Amino acid sequence: MPDLPSIVIDAESKPFWDGVALGELRLQRCRDCARAVFPARVVCPHCFGEGLEPLLAAGTGTVYSKTVVHRAFGAFAEQVPFTIALIDLDEGVRMMSRIVGETPVAIGDRVRLRVTRLDDAPDAPQLPCFRAEVGA
Amino acid sequence: MSPRRRAAIVGVAESELGRTPHLTVLSQQARASSAALAEAGLTLGDVDGLFTAGNWSWAPALTLAEYLGMHPDHLDGTNIGGSSFEAHIGHATAAIEAGLIDVALITYGSTQRSDRTRGRPRPGTLTEQYEQPFGLPQPVGAYALAAARYMHEYGVTSEELAEVAVSARQWAARNPRAYHRDPITVADVLASPLIAEPLHKLDCCLVTDGGGAVVVAAEDRWQDVATRPVVVRGHAETTTHTSISQMPDLTVTGAARTGPLALERAGVTHEDVDLLAIYDSFTITVLLTLESLGFCKPGEAGRFVAAGRTAPGGELPMNTNGGGLSYTHPGMYGIFLLIEATRQLRGDFRDQPDQPDQPGRPGRQVEGAELALVHGTGGVLSSTSTVVLSRS
Repeated sequence: MPDLPSIVIDAESKPFWDGVALGELRLQRCRDCARAVFPARVVCPHCFGEGLEPLLAAGTGTVYSKTVVHRAFGAFAEQVPFTIALIDLDEGVRMMSRIVGETPVAIGDRVRLRVTRLDDAPDAPQLPCFRAEVGA
Repeated sequence: MSPRRRAAIVGVAESELGRTPHLTVLSQQARASSAALAEAGLTLGDVDGLFTAGNWSWAPALTLAEYLGMHPDHLDGTNIGGSSFEAHIGHATAAIEAGLIDVALITYGSTQRSDRTRGRPRPGTLTEQYEQPFGLPQPVGAYALAAARYMHEYGVTSEELAEVAVSARQWAARNPRAYHRDPITVADVLASPLIAEPLHKLDCCLVTDGGGAVVVAAEDRWQDVATRPVVVRGHAETTTHTSISQMPDLTVTGAARTGPLALERAGVTHEDVDLLAIYDSFTITVLLTLESLGFCKPGEAGRFVAAGRTAPGGELPMNTNGGGLSYTHPGMYGIFLLIEATRQLRGDFRDQPDQPDQPGRPGRQVEGAELALVHGTGGVLSSTSTVVLSRS
């Protein structure tokens, strides 16, 4: 089986991935402008403030856009069709994710965090996926 | 303020296109450079600025300079994706206006078709670690997300997206160098396999090898050149994001900034534009760009294209070589937009009323074209760069 692309965790992303392993979604919030920030960084992209503090996300959001993928590369080729979505988290940041579960989602649907592996391979990482809130 | 020294494109050329396993990215750029300089009646010794972009070397400008045997006074390896070459035009023009250089050589080469490298997953480093693990094929998947949102917001249909591919193919039929020239219909696009919904295979650009070169010269050199100079009237570049999840609005690209700014710097308006060269990595790219540039209202670009306004005979001819969708697309297509717009403004196809290889079928010269808007898009709608060119 082709290898999955590796995730190169660094000092800034480690808290995020540590949180995912615990089933949590860890963001940041700027003390200066109070806005949520993702991905993690040392300066706020809204006000250039340097006072970024941890923010635990509720794990709920709305689908901003989505695509059903029919042709993918490497290890993902065996997983088609699958759904990738951009999720607007309730905290005010947007992230890419995979939609899991039997219920398909549409733009505007409510979704909830579900940390899972996308592959049976022993080295497959735990990922912050989402599932439909309705019918889940 | 004294008038600034103007810059103009004085030579353009492609290298061999399609599938070129006998060439490297370096030999492609050397061949294209040689042809573009020869067309201008200049030599490599006249060039004092070298501009290139790619991911085939840790420092492409250095690798290429060594290969060509150059020690240029001015180097620019700006890489903002497929729009890099429109940015290079802006940077070269600024260097010429400032008196730093007299002649700039801008080049590109790719062997992505022979290498079969497009779309392969890479390790997720820095911000890419938040997207790569989910398996979205790039770049097509990111453009699919933009298309889905655009269709949701404006009620646009897959048929309207497909019209862009149909228009491109109508032009490609008039270009002997185009990769695909057989006519297609909206039904053909919709019947082609889905890659990432809502995009079908025929909504996507080609994957080819190829290279190109553009020579830009200062006004005081124009009397030395063998071609009719095409003047760089205005330029603007920007970026809005690198990851598709961080694009502020999936339906508005950086063209909303660079289009109006480049036109303003050129001292012209939308009504003055006779010809469009718009990066068509995917059909959705063109619709979003036409709207963000201000040629159509939001949600209306599909109907604009469907009405034949960008096709042969239309009032705003677009991508007259067949574009990245039908002519060629070696990874970073931006240089080919400049090559085609230059040839059209010079009237290169005027002595070819028929297609060179198909007598009796019309050629592609846009009669009377004096002003062209060239617009590159790079990454996943991440960067844009707009250039306004005019006949001298």
